[in-house]
Amino acid sequence: MAETTPSNGKLVIKLVGIVIGMFGFGFALVPLYDVFCEVTGINGKTRDTASSYEAVIVDESRLVTVEFITRTNTGMPWEFGTETRRVKVHPGEVAQVDFYAKNPTIRNIIGQAVPSVSPGEAATYLNKTECFCFNNQPLAAGEEVIMPMIFYVDPQLPKDITFFTLQYTFYDVTEAAATTVAMNRIGE
Amino acid sequence: MSTVAEHSHDDHDHHHHAPSGIKRWLYTTNHKDIGTLYLWFAFIMFLTGGAMAMVIRAELFQPGLQIVDPNFFNQMTTVHGLIMVFGAVMPAFTGLANWLVPMMIGAPDMALPRMNNWSFWILPFAFLILLSSLFLEGGGPNFGWTFYAPLSTTYSNDSTALFVFSVHIMGISSIMGAINVIVTIFNMRAPGMNWMKMPLFVWTWLITAFLLIAVMPVLAGVVTMLLTDKFFGTSFFDAAGGGDPVLFQHVFWFFGHPEVYIMILPAFGIISQIVPTFSRKPLFGYASMVYATASIALLSFVVWAHHMFTTGMPVATELFFMFATMLISVPTGVKVFNWVATMWRGSITFEIPMMFAIAFIVLFTLGGFSGLMLAITPVDFQYHDTYFVVAHFHYVLVTGAIFSIMAAVYYWLPKWTGKMFDITLAKWHFWCSLISVNLLFFPMHFVGLAGMPRRIPDYALQFADFNKWISIGGFAFGLSQLIFLALLIKACKKEGEPVSDRVWEGAEGLEWEQLPSPAPYHTFETPPVVK
Ligand code: HEM
Ligand SMILES: [Cu+2]
Repeated sequence: MAETTPSNGKLVIKLVGIVIGMFGFGFALVPLYDVFCEVTGINGKTRDTASSYEAVIVDESRLVTVEFITRTNTGMPWEFGTETRRVKVHPGEVAQVDFYAKNPTIRNIIGQAVPSVSPGEAATYLNKTECFCFNNQPLAAGEEVIMPMIFYVDPQLPKDITFFTLQYTFYDVTEAAATTVAMNRIGE
Repeated sequence: MSTVAEHSHDDHDHHHHAPSGIKRWLYTTNHKDIGTLYLWFAFIMFLTGGAMAMVIRAELFQPGLQIVDPNFFNQMTTVHGLIMVFGAVMPAFTGLANWLVPMMIGAPDMALPRMNNWSFWILPFAFLILLSSLFLEGGGPNFGWTFYAPLSTTYSNDSTALFVFSVHIMGISSIMGAINVIVTIFNMRAPGMNWMKMPLFVWTWLITAFLLIAVMPVLAGVVTMLLTDKFFGTSFFDAAGGGDPVLFQHVFWFFGHPEVYIMILPAFGIISQIVPTFSRKPLFGYASMVYATASIALLSFVVWAHHMFTTGMPVATELFFMFATMLISVPTGVKVFNWVATMWRGSITFEIPMMFAIAFIVLFTLGGFSGLMLAITPVDFQYHDTYFVVAHFHYVLVTGAIFSIMAAVYYWLPKWTGKMFDITLAKWHFWCSLISVNLLFFPMHFVGLAGMPRRIPDYALQFADFNKWISIGGFAFGLSQLIFLALLIKACKKEGEPVSDRVWEGAEGLEWEQLPSPAPYHTFETPPVVK
């Protein structure tokens, strides 16, 4: 069967091509998933940049209740909360909610708040013009801050959503942030 | 190798005088040797993974924590799963493919014999690494065979690096094995062996091999992401850094669901070989079997999120995955129908392989039914992560995949050794396994429906009676496999009555019709004529 040998090589190359392609595909799933989620909002992630408030028409005909939940990740020692448990807003109307955070420890900690909306569909209609979650939040030992969050609900919000929950989780990113700083220094 | 020089008529290096001792096995490129190696390796792994299951069942014999501590218990469930999936079922199928595919299509060997040697010999190292991690300080992997982030990232210990490394090696091994099968089937069929004449075992393995090269790289990708998340500061799955742990589940199950079909399609092929032989009728609906296998394989890429119904997906997505999953039961049903139709009005005899095949058909179907129940999104909210899921996948994997492997071994063993195996032992093995496996897995449905969660070392008191019986079934099933071990050792010592070339009265196909028993070391060096 000497005549089969050359085509073995070609077939093997094609198959290895599939293997490499699928390895790449596994990684391509990461940005694909992000895009997919951004479009559909299915994982409840909100936009991580500020929205502008321009030419928004307030829909006075209905009210939406937005509920706030605050928590810290396991091992994150901050006190984090808000006095406002929920607000009722008209879609298009701007509202401000203040959150507070305190670092009760004796070391400096950098925190990162990660928002999540439930039901996920509402995530794309929540526009934040100002939020402490856009950047990380360094707090020195014992320091306390009040962090305003300013938002409006897009008037396009589907009519059947009358209530949604916005949850913030604070993570301790001191180590990760330190390496990024170190990396940037190496870069300089 | 050295024998190349002695060679005249073709470019494969055969050993005309097989070297003896350990070297024969280390350097062998013979498909039969490699098949034997794979099969013994799989059996040893089956016993190893089985021993871990015994630890699990001993701990669960009674409520409360008595024998092992919870962290070790978790390591046992994790490594049991990994070993059974990657160490027992998959290598056993690869071993069968090595032995049988060339003989069934009339080829002298696998197309890439040296790669074949490599793909086997890296496997023992993968499992050595995985098993050795159990003895490190802090223990081995304890996050379940599905290694969900953040359990495997934030909350795991440093031995995770070894876990990742061993999974990479297993993946490379199966990819090489799959490439070999595809090239062999594409390029080495005997003249006249056209596509729609290929035995179904060859067809199902060809499709399985394509599934393997499509999804094993995705598995490699997801463990790599896990590795960099854990050790190199990336945040694919870390919400704090902008990632998403749910993404892990999507990527994992994109691999994971096709993987479960990798473990069942070759079984379908085996059953489709055995049932016609002992029914003395040709297989009913050959072409529909081929198309059903192909459609199962294609559909298996669009159902993965049925493992994730409770992750908070939007309703439309839940519905899509529910219906897509249910759709798979259509081609699966076609297969079961065809097997039954093959037996219908056949002159059936109940030799050991047929007994295992019939047990497969009944019990695999039962597992399919519990799968259908799990596919119904709203009820999966109750069943998810309970023993009901454990019952489901053990019916499809143990009484499905593993019973089919046993059926295959009993069916082809006389062809391999030239001697009939010990039928009395085989009957004992069958009946003990059949009874104990049902005692082991059937009650799991009930405790699952009643709410007992999976992967826990302790449970509420009301589950105590059931768990006691489950454990007894487990020990009995474990012991029954020692009968199989004894039988296999006897068979390898070539004890038993010599068999005819056809072995089984109704057997058809090149390996039965054109090869002596035992099959000689080199077969079909000149291609056979296929009618
Ligand atoms: C009719 C066909 C099948 C259907 C409808 C089906 C459906 C499902 C569903 C919905 C789940 C997820 C349950 C949950 O976690 O809540 C599941 C789990 C599972 N299935 Fe199936 N299945 C089928 C056949 C198979 C086959 C043939 C195999 C393997 C040979 C298999 C192996 C598994 C495994 C291993 C799991 C559990 C994975 C884990 O979480 O560890 N299934 N099945
Ligand atoms: Cu699945």
